[in-house]
Amino acid sequence: MSNEPLNDKAMIGTTRRGFLAATAATGTALVANAASGATPDPLITEVQEWGSGLGDGVDANPYGLPIRFESDVVRRNVSWLTADVISSINFTPIHALDGTITPQGCAFERHHSGAIELSKDDYRLMINGLVDTPLVFTYADLERMPRVTRTFFLECAANTGMEWAGAQLNGSQFTHGMIHNMEYTGVTLRTLLEEAGVQPTATWLFVEGADASSNGRSIPMEKALDDCMIAFKANGEALRMEHGYPVRLVVPGWEGNLWVKWLRRMEATDAPVESREETSKYTDTMADGTSRKWTWVMDAKSVVTSPSPQMPITHGNGPLVITGLAWSGRGAITGVDVSMDGGKTWKPARLAAPGTEMALTRFYFDHNWQGEEMLLQSRATDSTGYVQPTKAQLREVRGENSVYHNNCIQTWWVKPNGEAENVEVS
Amino acid sequence: MSKYRNLTTAALLAATLSTPALAGGLGLGRAALPEEIAAWDKDVRPDGVGLPVGSGDAIVGEEVFADKCAACHGDFAEGVDNWPKLAGGMNTLNRDDPLKTVGSYWPHVSTLFDYINRSMPFGAAQTLEPDEVYGIVAYILYSNDLIEDDYVISNENLAAFELPNAAGFFVDDRETTEYAQFSAPACMENCKDEVKITMHATVLDVTPGDPTDGEGAPAGASGEGGAAPAAAEPETKAEEAAPAAEQAAPAAVEVAAADPAMIAAGEKVFKKCAACHKVGEGAKNGTGPMLNGIVNSPMGMVEGFKYSAEMAAAGTDGMIWDDANLHTFLEKPKSLIAKTKMSFAGLKKPEDRDAVIAYLGSLGK
Ligand code: HEC
Ligand code: HEC
Repeated sequence: MSNEPLNDKAMIGTTRRGFLAATAATGTALVANAASGATPDPLITEVQEWGSGLGDGVDANPYGLPIRFESDVVRRNVSWLTADVISSINFTPIHALDGTITPQGCAFERHHSGAIELSKDDYRLMINGLVDTPLVFTYADLERMPRVTRTFFLECAANTGMEWAGAQLNGSQFTHGMIHNMEYTGVTLRTLLEEAGVQPTATWLFVEGADASSNGRSIPMEKALDDCMIAFKANGEALRMEHGYPVRLVVPGWEGNLWVKWLRRMEATDAPVESREETSKYTDTMADGTSRKWTWVMDAKSVVTSPSPQMPITHGNGPLVITGLAWSGRGAITGVDVSMDGGKTWKPARLAAPGTEMALTRFYFDHNWQGEEMLLQSRATDSTGYVQPTKAQLREVRGENSVYHNNCIQTWWVKPNGEAENVEVS
Repeated sequence: MSKYRNLTTAALLAATLSTPALAGGLGLGRAALPEEIAAWDKDVRPDGVGLPVGSGDAIVGEEVFADKCAACHGDFAEGVDNWPKLAGGMNTLNRDDPLKTVGSYWPHVSTLFDYINRSMPFGAAQTLEPDEVYGIVAYILYSNDLIEDDYVISNENLAAFELPNAAGFFVDDRETTEYAQFSAPACMENCKDEVKITMHATVLDVTPGDPTDGEGAPAGASGEGGAAPAAAEPETKAEEAAPAAEQAAPAAVEVAAADPAMIAAGEKVFKKCAACHKVGEGAKNGTGPMLNGIVNSPMGMVEGFKYSAEMAAAGTDGMIWDDANLHTFLEKPKSLIAKTKMSFAGLKKPEDRDAVIAYLGSLGK
């Protein structure tokens, strides 16, 4: 089958060595064959197997997965980051996706004590603390409440965190893949909390999960009542186990660690708990050794997803689609600029659709590439007027040790052969 | 509210997100019982609210810690391999790669009690008695040179204990320190004179590659925890990172009889064990003993591994890891060896146990 080599190339194209070998072996030949048109293309002139015989019946896959040629579009982890895979993280293959919705099956996972299996029947949600009536809800109760559907991105505060001290990981999946964007269906926290009757002294809401880590976090009551919700559906279907089935918290625009999975309890309090996840972790250490706490909101950020180290240019000179994602936890994306010379000059990119509040925005930049070297960057602006900063600007304020909230402009060095590398520029 | 978003946004959200005014009138859910609240409401605040009655010192704590925590966190809470370090790192916060531990970084002892009580030991959370937790808290403070070993920590004095970095935190100030300067009009032309590449990711080469590449040893790499893996570590890390497919390769030849699909399923289940157990060529002991050839071998006999007294005794008594014993142990380790050091909750599903046993059986000595 003539499309097999293409697939193989994609599979090994994730490393530099693999990419070069693949281009040498099949890449150029393939381009020449498809494009030249000097000899008739047998894919057209000869009757193909799929055009003559029969395909699979309707029930071959009661729940369909991507076709095998897409088997490299998967989550990947970086094994040296953590001691084991139970308390660990993997990354969304953003380099190979398009549009804005992240399919659940390849949306990144972060667990602190593994993904647990909790059925709807065994699910309970408790609201207690400074409320008129502490309540317990079953899953069935939640399904009877007035429902909302909204799309939001979830970004881990540590996304791009490995890049503070220098360019480190070669691929947008690894540098920016701790993000996903889904359409959530569920119930607002306002609806739930009003059932219990929140007392005026309750200024905080402590939320925790049913898993062993519990991942307890304190959220200002103001935010909880403003736009937070619990979700039981994502992209139209039940949440996946790894994203908190049957119920997770949605905290729009704020760091992913607050979006507690397997949500089991919400306690109205008059002070933050200062749990491990809001002291030991998710605090940002500055150069002088002091640390910012409660850095919840995710600032505006963007990245070119293709071309990028895992998505080299393999088609030669001519039309090239440069594309990427932009988002802001403080509002909507109003514009994205692209630079091909490392930030000397910028040109506005085309947004696939107007940006929406706290959700991913897709951008495109159509370019006629003539094999020139590029230092490719993107820069997002949001509805507050905030412009995505450079890494140098961020370091000047924060130093290199803050781990979290690195929303700097990313640079890919695209070489004349189409290969791309993660670099830092002056 | 302006802190979180501008007014237009709030109005927009009010339109889309708010639901019909109900004033708690749905009548859904039921009142939570006091016993239920007591069972789940365990969080402890910096002012000590939520602490259960109890006490302990480092002398008692050391015993519990050695038994239930040291396998991952080290005998002196200094951490083993890539597992979290709980002690040390004093005065490193303003240096490159600070070492953040309970002693050097954490602001409140309440957090330590809360987290251990709720989430540790890893794999057996919510099994410690309050006195054990107080003892461990004391031992971790002692390991950080913050108290003497006979200092008693209790619900009475825990909240008043001040950690060295208690004053080291301030509330998010991006609004005043960053937003103004990062909201200047974006430059479009002649933004800088010259651009040079100052750093390449390929220099470190820590990106996971295809399976044949072997995973890079992360010499200078830094992860979410901030700390760069120590220079001495790459050897162990590279070993741990070796693709599972390679480890299983020699085995497949030996037991042609076993169902390959089952072995493959078992290899997946084994990911839950791999944090503590190594298998395959050159496998060494880690938190748990290496498990090559363990099926039908005597218990507690892997050379160089320090077993619990009970596991070692079982081996001396001639007990072997046959199918039945493995099933019992893997379903709930403590049901076979009451004081086993293996802090693992167990595999509930029989098919997972069958699969992992088939996989272990496929591994030669
Ligand atoms: C099997 C290995 C293992 C064992 C045994 C274990 N832990 Fe942990 N511990 C971990 C892991 C993994 C984490 C990080 C969890 C996460 O990422 O959320 C952790 C985190 C911690 C932390 C927080 C560290 C930080 O810097 O935030 C403390 C404190 C802790 N453990 C104490 C204990 C105590 C006390 C015990 C014994 C009662 C124990 N642990 C047993 C693996 C273990
Ligand atoms: C948190 C670490 C940890 C995890 C996870 C873990 N083990 Fe263990 N395992 C140990 C330790 C420690 C021992 C030694 C127990 C003792 O001395 O009492 C052990 C002992 C064993 C033994 C007996 C070995 C001998 O030499 O007698 C077997 C078999 C075993 N584990 C299998 C497994 C399997 C299979 C899994 C996964 C399903 C698993 N373990 C998960 C830590 C772990």
